[in-house]
Amino acid sequence: MKFPLIFFFSLVMGNVLAQDILIARNAQISFFSETPLENISGLNKNVTAILNTKSNDIAVKMQVVQFEFPNKLMQEHFNENYLESDKYPAASFTGKIQEKVDFGKEGTQTITAKGILNMHGVAKERTLTGKLTITKTGANLVCDFTVPLTDHKIEVPKLVFEKIAEVIAVKTNFSFVPYEQKK
Amino acid sequence: MLFILSYGSAIAQDDLLKMLDNESTGPLYATATFKSTRVINGQSVETIAKKHLDFRISHRFGALNSGFSNLWGLDESRIRIGLEYGLTDRLMIGAGRSSYQKTYDYFAKYKLLRQSNRWFEPVSIAVFAGAYTNTMPTSPDMKFYNNLERQMYVGQVLIARKFNDRVSIQLSPTFLHRNKTESQIDENDVFGTGIGGRFKLSKRTSFNAEYFYTVKKIGTAYVRDPQYKDCLSLGFDIETGGHVFQLHLSNSRGMIENQFIGATTGSWGKGDIFYGFNISRVFSFDRDAKKTHK
Repeated sequence: MKFPLIFFFSLVMGNVLAQDILIARNAQISFFSETPLENISGLNKNVTAILNTKSNDIAVKMQVVQFEFPNKLMQEHFNENYLESDKYPAASFTGKIQEKVDFGKEGTQTITAKGILNMHGVAKERTLTGKLTITKTGANLVCDFTVPLTDHKIEVPKLVFEKIAEVIAVKTNFSFVPYEQKK
Repeated sequence: MLFILSYGSAIAQDDLLKMLDNESTGPLYATATFKSTRVINGQSVETIAKKHLDFRISHRFGALNSGFSNLWGLDESRIRIGLEYGLTDRLMIGAGRSSYQKTYDYFAKYKLLRQSNRWFEPVSIAVFAGAYTNTMPTSPDMKFYNNLERQMYVGQVLIARKFNDRVSIQLSPTFLHRNKTESQIDENDVFGTGIGGRFKLSKRTSFNAEYFYTVKKIGTAYVRDPQYKDCLSLGFDIETGGHVFQLHLSNSRGMIENQFIGATTGSWGKGDIFYGFNISRVFSFDRDAKKTHK
């Protein structure tokens, strides 16, 4: 019985919000970790994010398995051993922008978003700082932050040859456009 | 309406997430159906990624039932050294040399289909073609009159499905042709199929099993010398970051297709089995891609 209710609920919400919503499809998230032996980097070009300009709510979601690594062995280990993407396929952030933003006015401002970062099945409260640029067609958001592996119970065993930094630097880039339902 | 508005912003954010769920993400491909390009002896559906080189060393010790004087097989070993390279993310080539019967092998493997979350890609499929050259000196047991007689060929279709993060199963229909067989009553052509799989015990170790069945009889005619057995191998994969170690027991001493599919003589019942291991080290030579993500 729960499902139809939720479905109806989200339908109503969708309609109410549609004109206030910005969406970023194929946004990019990359991370970089410098290690003594070899640098580890990954890039996901299929991130989606959605921004409610009225309530300042923001949500970001990505499929972990879509991170591409130059070293395919690292990509395999990333999915199989560290992020366990079969068990925890998606990572997400949901939060609220704390500052007042005038989405009608072009310009750049620094914003902070307070919310929950969810990856590897562990939710962690985070406040992230980014740069939001309002443009004619939408908005652009750039946000850099770090993720300590222990925050999300990502284990680095002592017996591996790869040395992995305890804290990973993450870079994100979103280009928001007005939301339109995809056919 | 009031009811909806009275909900906290956490609910509103979850709704945004739900909207994102409706967005298509593109196909999600299964990763690492197997840890290595071999299940144990046989090829797995995995290929080496583009511009990656796999350096493989494989050992098979002597028979376990060869007694104390031979330290149950540890006194002797057969070795294969191989270099295998990914030309594209789907096509790999490789070559190797086995000390067992001084055989050279060369092969290509192409991944036709990658398992994904889309309905029309339920399995991964790869095709494998290999050729083998026996360079043993000609002898009364095995007389070669010309070099063509030293050649053997294998074709395989590898069909695998990763059912979940632990279990992967593979079927490997196989055709093997020897230009000349060791045994007079063994036909030149061998038809068979392999079935293999893995069960992950932890993130970095898995238990693997593999069985190669060959057709013994076509109609009423026997096509195989009865001294040849089907090859059964059991083992573990242990991955340590850069390397994959595969430790196993098999009733085949040979490590390449013409040997373990076509000429396995060991018997598990008599303890005529061989302890062995493969070491695989993969190197990335993709320097261009390294720069892009900084």
